[in-house]
Amino acid sequence: MHGLSQRRLVLRLSLMTVVMFAFGFALVPLYDVMCQAFGINGKTAGQYQGSQVSDPSRSIRVQFMSTNASDMVWEFHAKADQIEVNPGAVNQMVFIARNPTGRSMTAQAVPSITPAEAAAYFHKTECFCFSQQVLQPGERIEMPVRFIVDRDLPAHVKHLTLAYTLFDITARQPPVARLTAEDVQGAR
Amino acid sequence: MSAVIDEHGHGHEHVHGPAKGLMRWVLTTNHKDIGTMYLWFSFTMFLLGGSFAMVIRAELFQPGLQIVEPAFFNQMTTMHGLIMVFGAVMPAFVGLANWMIPLMIGAPDMALPRMNNFSFWLLPAAFLLLVSTLFSPGGGPNFGWTFYAPLSTTYAPESVTFFIFAIHLMGISSIMGAINVIATILNLRAPGMTLMKMPLFVWTWLITAFLLIAVMPVLAGVVTMMLMDIHFGTSFFSAAGGGDPVLFQHVFWFFGHPEVYIMILPAFGAVSSIIPAFSRKPLFGYTSMVYATGAIAFLSFIVWAHHMFVVGVPVVGELFFMYATMLIAVPTGVKVFNWVSTMWQGALTFETPMLFAVAFVILFTIGGFSGLMLAIAPADFQYHDTYFVVAHFHYVLVPGAIFGIFASAYYWLPKWTGHMYDETLGKLHFWLSFIGMNMAFFPMHFVGLAGMPRRVPDYNLQFADFNMVSSIGAFTFGATQIFFLFIVIKCIRGGEPAPAKPWDGAEGLEWSVPSPAPYHTFQTPPEVK
Ligand code: HEM
Ligand SMILES: [Cu+2]
Repeated sequence: MHGLSQRRLVLRLSLMTVVMFAFGFALVPLYDVMCQAFGINGKTAGQYQGSQVSDPSRSIRVQFMSTNASDMVWEFHAKADQIEVNPGAVNQMVFIARNPTGRSMTAQAVPSITPAEAAAYFHKTECFCFSQQVLQPGERIEMPVRFIVDRDLPAHVKHLTLAYTLFDITARQPPVARLTAEDVQGAR
Repeated sequence: MSAVIDEHGHGHEHVHGPAKGLMRWVLTTNHKDIGTMYLWFSFTMFLLGGSFAMVIRAELFQPGLQIVEPAFFNQMTTMHGLIMVFGAVMPAFVGLANWMIPLMIGAPDMALPRMNNFSFWLLPAAFLLLVSTLFSPGGGPNFGWTFYAPLSTTYAPESVTFFIFAIHLMGISSIMGAINVIATILNLRAPGMTLMKMPLFVWTWLITAFLLIAVMPVLAGVVTMMLMDIHFGTSFFSAAGGGDPVLFQHVFWFFGHPEVYIMILPAFGAVSSIIPAFSRKPLFGYTSMVYATGAIAFLSFIVWAHHMFVVGVPVVGELFFMYATMLIAVPTGVKVFNWVSTMWQGALTFETPMLFAVAFVILFTIGGFSGLMLAIAPADFQYHDTYFVVAHFHYVLVPGAIFGIFASAYYWLPKWTGHMYDETLGKLHFWLSFIGMNMAFFPMHFVGLAGMPRRVPDYNLQFADFNMVSSIGAFTFGATQIFFLFIVIKCIRGGEPAPAKPWDGAEGLEWSVPSPAPYHTFQTPPEVK
């Protein structure tokens, strides 16, 4: 009696199931987009292409933190703990990493900004976190990050923290060949 | 147990009786057989998950480590939660749906009987797989029933792959069950049974089934992502590869919050039949009950981050999720108001189903209030991951879901078995459960507010007395449930013969068929006025 409509109903419900399964996966890019658009979780956006004019009337203190993820053994720190910057100006900080082990390793740094609401106003024009680092045994590198604090940074934010966590991703991306500075430049 | 049911099964139905022997149960497509199997399965899991809870409470009886290793303790909390949620509560409601929905809407069976059989038989397979991990080297899942990454990925025991597969099986089973329920309700109603004439149990199950279809696939998705992270080198939840463990919590709780309503809505429906029956008054505010259920279901999709207030949500987000969560109290309040109004000036009697139903209303409301406290984001910063949360969700789940199931079981046992259960024993079961449950979970509010963290095998001395009380209450509650098994078996074996309608105030088509309900009912649809 209900034969056909039943078939269609079940098909529709199955389709809903498939759509919701896909939706679960769609949450992944959606989450990244939301985080970057609103600076949620302190996630910063990719490379910043714009430029701004410096505002000398305001000064923001930027603090730097470097953390090793569990079972990462590199020495990793910033050259200075903190600097004072003017919104709009381009600033640079150098981070230093050294591989103290006897094997070559690959690392990935993941940045995060605190307070999270400032993340959308923190622009990186150049960052070692945009690529992976390969270090030979005992090798040491200096890794620059260049950034602009947006002039629209909310007035009540007086200082912010840029924290990097360094992950060992050797297993995921074995260090095949040593990259020269030109290679890295070219890839960027 | 099957022998017992077998006996009365063909004792009453000579013409179209069930097949004989074990194969009857393996191959059956009869909604009553399948409902019975679901209920027995659920009860078995309830005892198994309950015994794990006894291990937890025994370890927490006194401070210090005495009975089990911390690593095993973690497996017990994890398995207890998983088994109770997916093995006890959800299958019990599916069992009730199988038995009662066709009887309530005048349908001869479920719409998709063979799929029905398959969805049931997936469950024993899933739980055998899940429980077997306890015996594997490295142990079973130990990351909590919420299985947050990276605990469940990077740091998981080897057996996590079996856990993932088990969750997949349970998910498929639930989704097929839900499709079946929707197809039955939308297509097989007797002539005249309009949507707004359906008993509330049917309504709440219809909405629950849609919730299941909406969120079980997301759960399947999140375990699939885990599987890929663990075995195929993706990094959905690993920051090292560009992923984010916080994402796990968002996806999980997008499933998880609607899931808690999946575990309570059918109980709302059952209680909405039982309270009018023993108040001898029609349900107050039927229409508002239907809309309130719909509103709760809708809201349940936009509150998930109240489980994540402390993981780093921006202030606007905290506010949004806080207010949205509090909004759920409005439709929930409508329901409580309606139940109380139904009882108001009714000719009340307190048979066992009614006792469980009234306790449901009172204690569930307490759970709702502690939920409101947790919904206050700044307060949750302190309460989160303490025993206060444990107290909250046990108040909504034990006197909510479980008491709802007990109330239903006593209410419909005469219809299922053809015998009245022993009323004195039933009342004893109720009072022991009531006292045990409150003794076990009420003190948890206080130790939680005082700062005792959840999921720990050892605790500060200051919490000792309250924990001992909790443990004694828990043992009481646990032992009482074996007594329930006895009551049910006694009722199956014999007892005062039940008339077609054993409760004088009860309404509904299910009471128009004889007790026990014949193997086949409503072969010709009844006429509904
Ligand atoms: C008025 C209604 C409710 C409100 C406002 C509410 C609110 C909350 C909040 C805010 C939390 C998170 C606490 C934390 O982790 O810090 C929570 C946890 C929980 N709630 Fe509710 N809730 C309500 C009803 C329910 C119902 C009906 C159920 C199930 C039948 C339920 C089951 C749970 C569970 C299982 C957890 C803990 C999950 C875990 O972390 O393991 N809640 N609730
Ligand atoms: Cu929730």
